[in-house]
Amino acid sequence: MKIFVCLKQVPARDAALRLNAEANWVRETDLSFEINEPDVYALEEGLRLKEKHGGEVVVATLGPERATQALKEALAKGADRALHLSDPALQNLDAYATARALAAAVQQEKPDLALTGLQADDDGFGQTGVLMAEILDWPHSTIIMEIQAGEKTLKVKRELEGGYFQWIEVPLPAILTIQSGINKPRYATLKGILAAKNKPLQKLSLKDLGLPAEAVSPRQRISKVYVPQKSGRVEFLEGTAREVARSLVEKLRNEARVM
Amino acid sequence: MADRILVVAEDQEGRLARAAWEAVAAGQSIARAFGAAVVTAVAGANVASLANELAGAEISESLALTSPLLEDYTAEGFTAALAPVIERQRPRFVVFSHTYQTRDFAPRLAARFSKALIGDCLGYRREGDRAIFVRPVFQGKLLADTEPLGDPPCFVSFQAGTFREDSVRRSAQPAPVTAIAASLSSEAIRTHPGERFREAKQTVDLTQADIIVAVGRGIKSPENLELAKKLAEVLNAELGASRPICDSGWLPMDRQIGSSGQTVAPRLYVALGISGAIQHQVGMKGSRTIVAINKDNEAPIFEIATYGIVGDLFEVVPALIEEIKKAKTR
Repeated sequence: MKIFVCLKQVPARDAALRLNAEANWVRETDLSFEINEPDVYALEEGLRLKEKHGGEVVVATLGPERATQALKEALAKGADRALHLSDPALQNLDAYATARALAAAVQQEKPDLALTGLQADDDGFGQTGVLMAEILDWPHSTIIMEIQAGEKTLKVKRELEGGYFQWIEVPLPAILTIQSGINKPRYATLKGILAAKNKPLQKLSLKDLGLPAEAVSPRQRISKVYVPQKSGRVEFLEGTAREVARSLVEKLRNEARVM
Repeated sequence: MADRILVVAEDQEGRLARAAWEAVAAGQSIARAFGAAVVTAVAGANVASLANELAGAEISESLALTSPLLEDYTAEGFTAALAPVIERQRPRFVVFSHTYQTRDFAPRLAARFSKALIGDCLGYRREGDRAIFVRPVFQGKLLADTEPLGDPPCFVSFQAGTFREDSVRRSAQPAPVTAIAASLSSEAIRTHPGERFREAKQTVDLTQADIIVAVGRGIKSPENLELAKKLAEVLNAELGASRPICDSGWLPMDRQIGSSGQTVAPRLYVALGISGAIQHQVGMKGSRTIVAINKDNEAPIFEIATYGIVGDLFEVVPALIEEIKKAKTR
């Protein structure tokens, strides 16, 4: 089974975010980056399917030069090849343009299955995989918690609201978006890190993907990014650990009357 | 001709649940702001009664899209049923509630029109004739003003609770209901969904708990859960957790609170090291008193907390346990 895994490099979860000069995104200088957490689960699922059924895992990302780090990490974990959609025309795309670019790469690779995490933790679009499915005219399913692979179809467990699930049969080729927690992602081993150095990491431009510039023209624009206004409801307790503990107990007894 | 707004109302197990009415409320609000007319659409095998129910709202038309192939929800079936309606109606905005179902098919429908969904919005405003939608980014740490570019339609979904079900305007005169037989072929629906089910019966019913102590990533390691357990013990509380804790296997899944876990509303909710992503908030924001202890003063949990403590939970919680013990003996 040939599996195509889409990854995104996003600011590290604990990174302190500061706005850029235009106040339309965060400032990237001094920011540390990591593979988007849901994509880590998608990669792990791809690697497990390959280990069980044979085949190949190809990882792909869009992004500036720094994003190669995410691809190297994926190669170190066991992916076979990496594609970096690295054209300047492919930077800071909106959800539709991102999906167009990735779908073009999928068309060239012709995998049996493409996986994405269920959302990117930075822009939170949560739809790249679904958009790709429509662009490719492939079936898809979202928020997947288990995959049972057959010869020509998959049985996948989709998470629904309120603790419900359902099994869905999806014929291949297909796209799935993977829910966090589906597996326990591995760490890269030293052997894996060394092996990664000899694995192919290919750069692709818009032209390589066979896309005209208008295919990735923006359909939406972020004009401003800002910190949410505080509701003002919260009462902050300040002081040493002992002082805040004391005043909290006081308030829970006398104001909230919950103790 | 006035602009049209198409509201896609979700049929949840044969009913119009809160999500459907919140979408109607969102559509009505945008319609007033832009002088537009609202058309609702509901899709399914038997949705005539739901379309009649929607017609009681202040809208211009209620569409029932029916086909036996819409009996079970599929992304491909719903996309194929709604796309021709959008082509005919030419709405300026197509409005959804941001449910799991919307997340599953609305981007597919949007992509059929070479668009994406402006998803998970927390509001909108009108500037001139432009619409600006407000979305959370970076897990709610920041908000982004997002503007659709190019020709309509613009596909937009709103987060639960952004518009209120009880703000839906009703009309004394029901709107016309139009039944549309969706022309679908079974070959166009390649996925085959099974029955909805729950995992082995939940052993812990957090919904009945009076007090809940819940832990998030800030607890750092499974060994540190002991501290949370001690606090729960002195408070006579149940222990709950945010999703990442259960994903990591540190606590069983039946302790999970949030959109994919249990929805709770205890008298007291103590959030330890929980940042308060929206998926967690929807499961606990109905709690009467919320105490949040987190080292990050920007954590979204403080948006909904009653009492906030910015600090190291490994210092604050032991002190809190001591103070509670003291208070009990007093």
